[in-house]
Amino acid sequence: MAIEVRIPTILRTYTGGQKAVEGGGKTLAELFADLDTRHTGIQSRIVDEAAGGELRRFVNVYLNDEDVRFLDGINTKLTDGDNVTILPAVAGGMA
Amino acid sequence: MRYDSPLAAVGNTPLVRLPRLSPSADVRIWAKLEDRNPTGSVKDRPALYMIEQAEKDGRLTPGCTILEPTSGNTGISLAMAAKLKGYRIVCVMPENTSQERRDLLAMWGAEIISSPAAGGSNTAVRVAKEISAEHPDWVMLYQYGNPDNAGAHYATTGPEILADLPSITHFVAGLGTTGTLMGVGRYLREHKPDVKIVAAEPRYDDLVYGLRNLDEGFVPELYDASVLTTRFSVGSADAVTRTRELLQQEGIFAGVSTGAALHAAIGVGRKAVQAGEPADIVFVVADGGWKYLSTGVYTAQTTEAAIETLQGQLWA
Repeated sequence: MAIEVRIPTILRTYTGGQKAVEGGGKTLAELFADLDTRHTGIQSRIVDEAAGGELRRFVNVYLNDEDVRFLDGINTKLTDGDNVTILPAVAGGMA
Repeated sequence: MRYDSPLAAVGNTPLVRLPRLSPSADVRIWAKLEDRNPTGSVKDRPALYMIEQAEKDGRLTPGCTILEPTSGNTGISLAMAAKLKGYRIVCVMPENTSQERRDLLAMWGAEIISSPAAGGSNTAVRVAKEISAEHPDWVMLYQYGNPDNAGAHYATTGPEILADLPSITHFVAGLGTTGTLMGVGRYLREHKPDVKIVAAEPRYDDLVYGLRNLDEGFVPELYDASVLTTRFSVGSADAVTRTRELLQQEGIFAGVSTGAALHAAIGVGRKAVQAGEPADIVFVVADGGWKYLSTGVYTAQTTEAAIETLQGQLWA
């Protein structure tokens, strides 16, 4: 099962500089665990194990452009062909 | 409509149906034209409201200096109100902010302190907090954390929308300080519990995010996720495409962040059509396109060329 994952600049040290990688899994948690098998260390930058495996506070993850915190968070279900985007949380640019 | 002063003319903006961009006869999209405020943006509402609430509770008194981290519309609105009310104003903005923006603020008499370009608005917020600590007599209204920012929309924008369109099903706005969504969202929820509150968050390209540290991110203190139904990330390409469609099909000349909100509104509308449900979707036109003309997105021959011109730039 192939899911495209867009990687922010700050995490590309784990992906050999690649902007997007492919992964698999039935949920986001499984997807990040799968990514970690090939890109060691990336999972712990996204997921806060100390906080019960939830997303880190300043990391936003989007499934097909929708914020997963409004879906099922780290347990959001994935299907083949989905797009996942990881981004740092930032202040509004021109507010 | 008649008002006793320019500041009294903030708000009471038109709500217009978009006949060409609405997906069907019973799934309708409505634009709340916030560019019709005195300085040309939605920010006139929170700026004036934050100042007047601070005057009421005695934090702002004659001769005070106002300090604010802002690279755009909030600074312009605050500077205009400060000029008319006789306050000095100091704005903290990233050093790479465009000359147009600096000139607009200087025109209203604002003084500008530059913060390092690295880290963008996050850094401007941090620098402003440091300056505030050094000058305890200066008043930082702090749009990202001041409840009166959301309060302005709870008191004015929300009631205006509900009065004009009691059948509203969805409210869509851009997510920056989160004040518009929090204030309008809370008001509408209290009066129409089933209303959907949808955030459109700008997603820039890599050049803008650069090497932002994941441990030093920024979430505005005003943000309360429980007010929102959902939140969409809208990339520069979709925002530019919709900004041009809004201009070409409906004749509305809006800033690029408005294109992002429209994109989310149209997405929500398509889902309603698929589900066979009627919908009245309101989205916010946060400002006009004037301040973004120099980007070339309006005049580029093709949408592809317009998207190219926005590479690496902040647009919301």
